[in-house]
Amino acid sequence: MSLLAVENLSARHGLLQAVSEVSLAASEGEILALVGANGAGKTTLLRTIAGSHRAAGGRIIFDGTELGTMRANRRVRLGIALVPEGRRLFGGMTVEENLKVAGANGRPGRWTIETVLDAFPLLKPLMRRRAGELSGGQQQATAIGRALMTNPRVLLLDEVSLGLSPVAVQAVYESLHSVIEGRGTTIVLVEQDLSRVLRIATRVACMLEGRIVLEGKAADMTRERVTEAYFGLRRGAGGAHA
Amino acid sequence: MMFADQILQGILLGAYYALIACGLSFLFGVMRIINLAHGSIAVLSAYLVWSIAQQFGISPFLGLLAAVPIMAAAGYLLQRTIFERSLRSGPLTPLLSTFGLAVILDNSMFQRFGADTRSLAPAIGDLSFAGWSGPGGIEVGQLAVLTLVVAVALLGALQLFLSYTPLGRAIRACAEDPETAELVGIDARNVYAAATAIALVTVAIAGTFLAMRSTFDPYAGPKQLIFAFEAVVIGGTGSLWGTLIGGIVLGVAQNLGSQISPQGFLIGGHVVFLLALAARFVLAGRDWRGFLPARKRAPA
Repeated sequence: MSLLAVENLSARHGLLQAVSEVSLAASEGEILALVGANGAGKTTLLRTIAGSHRAAGGRIIFDGTELGTMRANRRVRLGIALVPEGRRLFGGMTVEENLKVAGANGRPGRWTIETVLDAFPLLKPLMRRRAGELSGGQQQATAIGRALMTNPRVLLLDEVSLGLSPVAVQAVYESLHSVIEGRGTTIVLVEQDLSRVLRIATRVACMLEGRIVLEGKAADMTRERVTEAYFGLRRGAGGAHA
Repeated sequence: MMFADQILQGILLGAYYALIACGLSFLFGVMRIINLAHGSIAVLSAYLVWSIAQQFGISPFLGLLAAVPIMAAAGYLLQRTIFERSLRSGPLTPLLSTFGLAVILDNSMFQRFGADTRSLAPAIGDLSFAGWSGPGGIEVGQLAVLTLVVAVALLGALQLFLSYTPLGRAIRACAEDPETAELVGIDARNVYAAATAIALVTVAIAGTFLAMRSTFDPYAGPKQLIFAFEAVVIGGTGSLWGTLIGGIVLGVAQNLGSQISPQGFLIGGHVVFLLALAARFVLAGRDWRGFLPARKRAPA
């Protein structure tokens, strides 16, 4: 049974249809990667699941509960956490305060400041530093740590590598790998690096102009096939879904 | 020595301005609301404490203790009924709705209490006029010193609350980015309501000191709002300790102005306020044209 399912989900930005009748499902412990060009609707889809953006139609079902118009803070308490694009840390607060504020308002669970620091050791000497003063990689680690402090069952990661140096991206993904290993946390990941996606995801969905144009197990995907869907080269061919 | 006395009296007067500006600054810092009903709410709380003290024959300080939960509840309701709806309609609507609220409060108080001026000074005995004599004929009023102590204690307590309590951190998170605050599980609506409740508790304290140090009437609110607003702007909008500094600068400017001419009391304060405002516009303008270094961005 799917932990998270979206059925015919639509979302708009004013008159622009950003997400059109998308249906997706993710099981417990699965890593679902969303790929697609800029403007394909990936971020809007994640924000709609997290409750930051209002759905224009369709359903979001989490662990058997339809979320409807439930506000974002209540979704967090159910177990859905989003690491937003651009990190969106509380820049005037210290790293420790960023973690504590999430820990005080999320679900109880195994993630505490100590376990987050074990997963992201680079944060240990930075706890008293203001989040706004950190480097991009350090900020991203803080953002992921902050989301983990809510003890999510589904972690939505929106372009965690955006704007980071290759070294920082590598460090973040290495920590992330240790975070999810064997913990049963479901991850829905938006990522532009196809090679990385095919390496870490269990399933891949490609979005184009607000729709899912390709979906299947990562093991069954090739870089060429995803690239064709990414640029819309298979749209007219039918049977895009794997 | 007279100059030193004027500075000292200005600092003590400024402490009162900081006290009355505290709630205005706090609300602006958290919700970006300029509450034009702030002065009227201060006068309302002065009437509340006065009524409790009169009704039960108790000290105004005990009356204040009774008024605190009432004002906190009023703040919670104010956020849920007026501020929250106004904020949804853009930044100008709260100005209009709080202006309307001020008009309603002023006229309701006039309807209930009439035009007579009132004061809590008779209810606090010697404290309203007692003082200490210092060298060179300097006189320091006990109530003025108490006001300074309360202002510093209140601002310090608020600072500690915001820094070290879960609700304080949630308030700061909402002040920075309410959407992201919701994404870490914070119920921004409840946090805003709690922040408004806290702001109105500070207004209740300020209103009590207003009533103890002077007379008040139903239409005394706008004047208090102006002084509070000037203190907030001089000290930096949304900054708690800046509000104390702003209040003291305003008080000192008014006292020094009164030495130049009888009208100089108000004019001195307004001039400093306008200078501070102009300085902020100039700095913002320079920043906009790129003369000041851009805000530091975190490297990738």
